[in-house]
Amino acid sequence: MEQGNKVILMMRHISKNFPGVVALSNVDFTLREGEIHALMGENGAGKSTLIKVLTGVEEFETGEIRVIDRKEPIINRSPHEAQENGISTVYQEVNLCPNLTVAENLFIGREPMKRGMIDWKTMNKRSKEILMNLDIDIDVAVALENYSLAIQQMIAIARAVDMSAKVLILDEPTSSLDDNEVEKLFQLMRHLKDKGVGIIFVTHFLEQVYEVCDRITVLRNGKLVGEYEVEKLPRVQLVAKMMGKDYDDLAAIKKQNDNQEIGLGEVLISAEQLSHSGTIKPFDLKIHKGEVIGLSGLLGSGRSELARAIYGADKADAGELKVNGKKVLIGAPIDAMKLGMGYLPENRKEEGIIADLTVRENIIIALQAKRGMFRLISKKEQEEFTDKYIDLLKIKTADREVPIKQLSGGNQQKVILGRWLLNNPDFLILDEPTRGIDVGTKTEIQKLVVQLAREGMAIMFISSEVEEMLRTCSRMVVLRDRCMVGELEKEQLGQDSIMRAIAGGAVNE
Amino acid sequence: MSKMRYIAGRIMGYRLFLPLLCLAIVLLVNVVKTPSFFEITIRNGVLYGYIVDIMNRSSELVILSIGMTLVVAASGGTDISVGAVSAVSGAVAIFILGGGQTSTDFYHAPYLLGFLAAIAVGALLGAWNGFLVAKMKIQPMVATLILYTAGRGIAQLITEGQILYLRVDHFKQLGGFIPGIPLPTPVFVAILCILVTLLLLKKTALGMYIQTVGINSKAARLVGLNSTRIKFLTYAFCGLCSGIAGMIITSRVYSIDANNAGLNIELDAILAVALGGNNLGGGRFSLLGSVIGAVTIQALTTTLYAMKVSADQLYVYKAVVVILIVALQSAELKRMLKNLRVRVAVQTGKEVA
Ligand SMILES: Nc1ncnc2c1ncn2[C@@H]1O[C@H](COP(=O)(O)OP(=O)(O)OP(=O)(O)O)[C@@H](O)[C@H]1O
Ligand SMILES: [Mg+2]
Repeated sequence: MEQGNKVILMMRHISKNFPGVVALSNVDFTLREGEIHALMGENGAGKSTLIKVLTGVEEFETGEIRVIDRKEPIINRSPHEAQENGISTVYQEVNLCPNLTVAENLFIGREPMKRGMIDWKTMNKRSKEILMNLDIDIDVAVALENYSLAIQQMIAIARAVDMSAKVLILDEPTSSLDDNEVEKLFQLMRHLKDKGVGIIFVTHFLEQVYEVCDRITVLRNGKLVGEYEVEKLPRVQLVAKMMGKDYDDLAAIKKQNDNQEIGLGEVLISAEQLSHSGTIKPFDLKIHKGEVIGLSGLLGSGRSELARAIYGADKADAGELKVNGKKVLIGAPIDAMKLGMGYLPENRKEEGIIADLTVRENIIIALQAKRGMFRLISKKEQEEFTDKYIDLLKIKTADREVPIKQLSGGNQQKVILGRWLLNNPDFLILDEPTRGIDVGTKTEIQKLVVQLAREGMAIMFISSEVEEMLRTCSRMVVLRDRCMVGELEKEQLGQDSIMRAIAGGAVNE
Repeated sequence: MSKMRYIAGRIMGYRLFLPLLCLAIVLLVNVVKTPSFFEITIRNGVLYGYIVDIMNRSSELVILSIGMTLVVAASGGTDISVGAVSAVSGAVAIFILGGGQTSTDFYHAPYLLGFLAAIAVGALLGAWNGFLVAKMKIQPMVATLILYTAGRGIAQLITEGQILYLRVDHFKQLGGFIPGIPLPTPVFVAILCILVTLLLLKKTALGMYIQTVGINSKAARLVGLNSTRIKFLTYAFCGLCSGIAGMIITSRVYSIDANNAGLNIELDAILAVALGGNNLGGGRFSLLGSVIGAVTIQALTTTLYAMKVSADQLYVYKAVVVILIVALQSAELKRMLKNLRVRVAVQTGKEVA
């Protein structure tokens, strides 16, 4: 083809059905040597399924897959076989073993051996090297679960990269990374690209696509919309192709910015010297009714941990918490819920979804838990509630009785969001609420957040995306090294001031 | 054609399809081997026949498998002490009702007292297991191993190492027949236990809570559930079931032998849960599946007896059949077969080309 770029992977006429859902229908996909190829589409468009089919996690019904150097079409029956065919993958949900060490995770299934035994020394040393190459300096002999989701993500990537693949697949790898980490990842990707690796990159961040990608393939409702070169497809058109209609996400966001005038209500939550040893140092914070308060800081700065201490996810071990002026003791999340709080956790797979339960059960479970065991929400109400949020959040599912694990990543996220909206809390903590959610819905959710605040709800908003915070938050708290270091009032909010504060510049204290 | 396929798909997709199929196969073997298997006759005003026998004999296993199902679902572990706990409950009942005598033919205390004491002791021992598993976070297998071994010792202490007999006709009724009723009493007890549990699971949020905790206990906590309490409850409930089963077991033989009452029944109870298509790792469960599993195990035993397999060979045959049934339900095997088909298809495709 152009510039002598060799095709290294070709998928033709791929179809895949799930009961009640056409996940892929007659999809083509081509990957060339040394290119970064974005795979884009709305939530549930079929991106992850295309990848699973390619890597043998799921079987496909029709079509064929060819790779370079092979005359026959290949069928990968397992990710392991795919790896043998030179295809390495980082899946949307981190797929490592939390209780194994970092090194073990990096070398699982291919441990260096010495005299029939695992050679721990070499393994740890090589792990250290691999991670150093990615600028990750951590103790590799510690269990993976001790690290944040972002670090885990980086380790999953490091593992895939180290398998010396010809094709590297990254399914939404950046959704839990902050700007610096994204930049590191991009460096790595460009480096691999120069070495001739073809990279398939799934993301919902348009800026990132325009930053690193060469080509874009767009899917919509399981069908191929087309393949485009990045320079020839302006952003507005890309969004239109994904959504199947004209939609200017930037304009929608601007409009929303204009009406962000929120008057501060009375104090709802007030924390005094609240802390949880090991995760967040003592902090003072007042949260008012009707405000969206943002927590910003680097990963590991303690922003999630601050929220968890308030909610009782990590029981605060010192300090005082007042709700509506009354001193309260929160021993477990249920106490917080009864005081009118809600918490959407950062880690969807580990702490959010209840994988085998249906969409309906996942939506009503928190409300049901609050009501107590003996006051079962009637079947009819359960269905009404579920349908309401399927509608409101445009959750794409074949039926409300489908296990949530069968939904696409973004749609799972919407279900969890629905769960907390149904609870109608006075104070809602949203930790990365738009993670994995597509462009169109993302602005909808941001609007919803602002709307809820205007109706009087207090919202704590945590996001790695600074722009998103700017759009929604009326005040921002800055954290560094597990410590709250200051606040930025509305007038001070701006990309630069935030970045400076996060990195350690001057903040009014 | 496609409609037939659709219907077939629906039937096979039904959760209890495989467990029911297994039970049906076990029963159908008898059509060939023992034609008299399905006959039911009336003698002395009560029903007789292999089928009645299966229902009767499986009762205590059914009851135990109910408790076991909930324990497995909530904690992803098994309670291996149910047999021993049954023995303790039985010992308590006979000790109270028989006044501690080795052999007696009248009640020394009201029946209800003995019955309730037995069940309360069962629940108490279950609560102990629950405390160890839920509160102390000890692995279920290890936690219940304590009562698995110590339970029989406790029962021995109560019976002072002897077999206690209670030759009261009324006492035999729970494990036998109530005059004027043609079906054995254990069947009614088992059905009652199933109904009460189903009611509890469906009319309250307990079923949903148990599954949530079993699937993802971190998420369960964040949505406001107290997984410690829920796990504890399932173990206590399982102990209660063991108490009821213990009453039936002792009533059948109107005596308690601390060493042998309910011996090895915990293994059958666990197996019943597995045969019912339940994941022993916890989470989603089907109570009726376990019940069918329990009946299948008993049907298998009865079938083998009907085919005149001697008692000492029984276990070998049973093991073989169990392996077959478990294999039939295994998703991994299904995948392997499918892969094999694909491979064969690819091979033949090549030859054609
Ligand atoms: N195991 C499954 N069983 C049933 N349906 C499934 C299963 N996996 C995916 N689907 C359905 O297939 C469709 C495509 O899902 P897929 O995960 O590929 O979407 P996606 O493009 O990756 O979306 P997202 O951006 O939210 O990650 C969805 O409608 C989803 O509900
Ligand atoms: Mg996806």
